[in-house]
Amino acid sequence: MTLPEGWEMVVGLEVHTELLTKSKLFCGCENHFGSEPNTNICPVCLGLPGSLPVLNREAVDFAMRIGMALHCTIAPSTFHRKNYFYPDQSKDYQISQYDLPINSGGYLDLPDGSRVSIERAHMEEDTGKSTHLGGSGRLAGAESSLVDYNRCGVPLVEIVSGPDIRSAAQARAYAGELRGILIATGASDGRLEEGSMRFDANVSVRRSGEPFGTRCEIKNLNSLRSLQRAIDYEALRQIELIEDGATVRQETRHWDENLAETSTLRVKEDADDYRYFRDPDLVDLAPDQAWQDRVRAALGPMPAARRAQLVSLLTTPSEAQLDAVEVVIDLGLERYVHAVAAASGDPGLALSRVANELAADVGNVSNLTTEAFVTTVSMEQRGELSATQAKTVLSEMLEAGGDPRAIAAAHGFEQLSADSLGSTVASLIEANPDEWQRYRDGDDKLAQFFIGQVMKVTRGQANGKAVIAELQARR
Amino acid sequence: MKSASQIAADVRAGASSAAAELERTLAVIDERNDELHVFLHVDLDGARAAAAAVDERIARGQSVGALAGVPIAIKDNLCQMGVPTTCSSKILDGWRPPYNATVIDRVLAAGAVPVGKTNLDEFAMGSSTENSAFGPTRNPLDTSRVPGGSSGGSAAAVAADMTSISLGSDTGGSIRQPAALCGLVGVKPTYGLVSRYGLIAFASSLDQVGPFSKTVEDSALLLEVLAGHDPLDSTSLPEPAPSLVAHVNDGVAGKRIGLVRELYEGADESVVTAVRDAAAALTEAGAQIVELSLPELGLTLSAYYLIAPAEASSNLARFDGVRYGLRVDADDVTAMMEATRTAGFGPEVKRRIMLGTYALSAGYYDAYYGQALKVRTLTIAAFARAYQQVDLLLGATTPSVAFTFGAKTADPMAMYLNDVFTIPTNLAGDPALSVPFGTGEGGLPIGVQLLGPGRSEAQLFAAARVLEIADGRE
Repeated sequence: MTLPEGWEMVVGLEVHTELLTKSKLFCGCENHFGSEPNTNICPVCLGLPGSLPVLNREAVDFAMRIGMALHCTIAPSTFHRKNYFYPDQSKDYQISQYDLPINSGGYLDLPDGSRVSIERAHMEEDTGKSTHLGGSGRLAGAESSLVDYNRCGVPLVEIVSGPDIRSAAQARAYAGELRGILIATGASDGRLEEGSMRFDANVSVRRSGEPFGTRCEIKNLNSLRSLQRAIDYEALRQIELIEDGATVRQETRHWDENLAETSTLRVKEDADDYRYFRDPDLVDLAPDQAWQDRVRAALGPMPAARRAQLVSLLTTPSEAQLDAVEVVIDLGLERYVHAVAAASGDPGLALSRVANELAADVGNVSNLTTEAFVTTVSMEQRGELSATQAKTVLSEMLEAGGDPRAIAAAHGFEQLSADSLGSTVASLIEANPDEWQRYRDGDDKLAQFFIGQVMKVTRGQANGKAVIAELQARR
Repeated sequence: MKSASQIAADVRAGASSAAAELERTLAVIDERNDELHVFLHVDLDGARAAAAAVDERIARGQSVGALAGVPIAIKDNLCQMGVPTTCSSKILDGWRPPYNATVIDRVLAAGAVPVGKTNLDEFAMGSSTENSAFGPTRNPLDTSRVPGGSSGGSAAAVAADMTSISLGSDTGGSIRQPAALCGLVGVKPTYGLVSRYGLIAFASSLDQVGPFSKTVEDSALLLEVLAGHDPLDSTSLPEPAPSLVAHVNDGVAGKRIGLVRELYEGADESVVTAVRDAAAALTEAGAQIVELSLPELGLTLSAYYLIAPAEASSNLARFDGVRYGLRVDADDVTAMMEATRTAGFGPEVKRRIMLGTYALSAGYYDAYYGQALKVRTLTIAAFARAYQQVDLLLGATTPSVAFTFGAKTADPMAMYLNDVFTIPTNLAGDPALSVPFGTGEGGLPIGVQLLGPGRSEAQLFAAARVLEIADGRE
């Protein structure tokens, strides 16, 4: 979507991600999504009188991994209390990093070459989850409320970007790239549908060259699609307001996916005063160099590097191939493409098979060894399997493993040998001398004619590429 | 009344039993608790089971701890599993903790027998135990007077010979002040020496659990049991617990002790005299007294009454009626929280929550809480400067002997001034103790205060022991 002529949007994102630690941020309770309500709780995360928090070092590891992947400075940090009353917050304050976060001053480069600055990536604890019965399903007007404290105290990292994003598409690309990084660090599973990543977008608009406008914050966007749509909607809403002579009010807004619009949640002027102060129950966090080095050493390559490595295997990558690279990196399946390239196979063909057939059944890839995949691709390349046959072999191996040659043999896929294809092509050339002459004179379109004829004779068993190879050998 | 070390020795030797010591304690409680209102709850079954367990171990020839069979009273802001824990507040109505405070586990492991929970100023906010939602405790030495506070119940339990030792907590003087008013030894340990896990927080950066006893040795004995690193408390010191009892008779020969003007000026004449007499007694025992002035200490009362309420306003937020304790029903959750807190907290607690909320508010933070933190830094520096010159400091614990009921309840400022000598060391995080020395008005005891740098408890006990002997006790 493009904005009206002369307008620009300014967007910054706050991304909350749950960390994949074994236990919660300040106690030993299991950090697990989907348990029976109020089963992963103890005096500490329930905030019982007298209980005290103790920082989970694994959460610090993950926070540092995220910071390192985002080129942040890791500095001594502290924990503060953010005070506000809410039933799903067991202590009626949230422990969060405030003026001294663990990570600050980094950046994230997007695939299109743009760079978004990272102001900070700090640690905090999640709240419990309220369910409101009766009324609209929100707290106001509910007949009763139930609280599940399983999520209370789950570690979060909040990643705050600078106001560097200039379009909803760029915001989406940033969120997607960040998601890939979080998955690559092992800090998050990136499951948006389970709420393990949540987005808040700060949106303002301005006429090109003017200072920043008043911003609105859209809270709790939980998919990349919602993020993009909500930002576009909000920017247009603000432009319309200004063009109508009104002003934008600083406020927090809610995105309604069904109505496809944002609405006022609360106006900033009466925003809560959180009375932040240093949590006296916790000590300063200052990971020493040895701890930082240990974390850095364990950090694998990030999506950008992996993407570049994959693209370097392709001679002149097409748009479609670049899209396929995105899919493969996102799912972490590039090892299959690299294995084919290492065996001197066709990386382009491998990429296509991984981005389509493997991606479609990604839950089963553990059944498919890279060796079996390399063999299948090379069979297809040599013309021993047609594209359709190769897909069938791959889908069976994803289902139940097995050897590609044995599966192909069981289907009778290998009956069309190179010899028999050669004689079929020869007889078709003889039967169509005019077309053959035009092909020899350089009209490549005629290749399709011969492929069609071969397919007709072989009832689709032939490999198109192999047919072209036969034609070229005789040209 | 036997000392704790004597009881433990008798029980270990078979001259007495944990059960017999407990029954003696229960008999005194039975006789005097109605009058004095020391215990809010006596845990008969739990105490008898704990005593039986100690006796059984001895019968089987198994080892028992340093406090074998010693009945101990517990301030009711310490969590004890299954035992009602109220902080003397209606807001915790009916709550029984599902876990033990670390100090409870430690005294149990040492063979002590917790007999019940003692009265306090609500959430430890007060200096007379008059702020208890369940009525005040009387001073056993003169029942027309307060026992001090906030650990008034724990002080009175020992002063009334119900138990030989008890646990209190000290945020601004809540152990040392009632110890002084009840003629006891009371210790505020170095911040982090004793675990706060299971101590219901008043002001987390100031709170410390510590002992009451009649003798210096008993406090050293109990503190040895309490001290040491606890992985459940992030502010717990990592070093191993110090050896204390072994050093009680080390004396003060060659020690330099600073007599700090700001820690006795303005006190009653009898109190100032007692402090000067104590200085003379320490000189007699070989110490060198150095007169000192630490002007920064004059700022500490104001700083304390911003920092402590600020932390309390956050610590006490969780008492909202959602999960435990009192709930006053209302139309929606916000109204329920408001009604619960309005009904559940007493006036002093509300006053401090309001004060603390204000001090932390946007636009006021820098002028109040921020400024108080700067005073705290200055206080720490002032003490550090003093400890470059001297080993320990000497002053008064309280401005006067025990006062009468109602004497200071009308004016919160007058009540707050009671803690003017005890507050500075809480801000610094250093240890201090009160030891009885001399008497004042009506023959009531006076406490003098000994202060030292972090982890100097052994030296403090040695100096206190010198005063104990000089005062003619033992």
